[in-house]
Amino acid sequence: MSAIPLGHYLTLAAVVFTIGIFGIFLNRKNVIVILMSIELILLAININLVAFSSYLADLAGQVFALFVLTVAAAEAAIGLAIVVVYFRNRGSIAVEDINLMKG
Amino acid sequence: MTVELFIFYVFAVVTVASAVMVVAARNPVHSVLFLILSFFNTAGLFVLIGAEFLAMMLVVVYVGAVAVLFMFVVMMLDVNFVQLRQGFMQYMSIGAVVGIILMIELIMVVGTWVLGEEGEVLAGPGTVPLASNTELLGNVLYTDYVYLFQTAGLILLVAIIGAISLTLRQRPGIRRQDIGRQVHRRPSETVELRKVRSGSGV
Repeated sequence: MSAIPLGHYLTLAAVVFTIGIFGIFLNRKNVIVILMSIELILLAININLVAFSSYLADLAGQVFALFVLTVAAAEAAIGLAIVVVYFRNRGSIAVEDINLMKG
Repeated sequence: MTVELFIFYVFAVVTVASAVMVVAARNPVHSVLFLILSFFNTAGLFVLIGAEFLAMMLVVVYVGAVAVLFMFVVMMLDVNFVQLRQGFMQYMSIGAVVGIILMIELIMVVGTWVLGEEGEVLAGPGTVPLASNTELLGNVLYTDYVYLFQTAGLILLVAIIGAISLTLRQRPGIRRQDIGRQVHRRPSETVELRKVRSGSGV
């Protein structure tokens, strides 16, 4: 179980997290890819939580990873529902059009 | 290099490569498929580290539900994705700057961080779990974290209700089955018996 150093997992999580952030910047116009980037970021957090949980022999980390999973699923469902409603009203999902809704 | 380390590198490389493809793929359908690949490989990493239950949850929840949801939305919405990719290169520079700075900071944190003395003891190589991961997790989840567990269920309930109430719509001019009206119909108001003389019609 501990043949792999903890640093490996932390570095992997850091890389995935950075890719998620990068994806938000890169696909500024496409809400769906932004939501997918957020899923990547939450996945990186989960990797961190599980790695620490395993190396400290404390299950609290895995329980929290489970809750993060729950919240991520709820967030994806609500986010995609909003995207569908927005597309129905405006016929587009471009992010910069969304600020037209204010007021 | 041990076998475990080799397997870790295989899973890690595929995870990172597919994460890059999620962000960079031209077609959002491909993005979703690479997201699924990324989740699968992370599940493999979780198995490797001894978190089997979470690995299976990741496959069931993410691949089975969330990724399929994304796939549905991507394919259902008739969006012009080429138009949405305009300015891709323009945002590339600022995104790269932010990403590299973040990356350097995170690597610095990981590189200089050392496990405390207490942690070293806990993380000893000889820690053998008393029972299976699922059993241990269940023991903790239903006792110490039972309120948080219930709250998680409540969050999912709110998500269900929110998603349904957002997307449900009543369109006018559509004939729907109204079961109440059907049941309340009486023969006296719908069926009329008439005497018709043969050869003349009604």
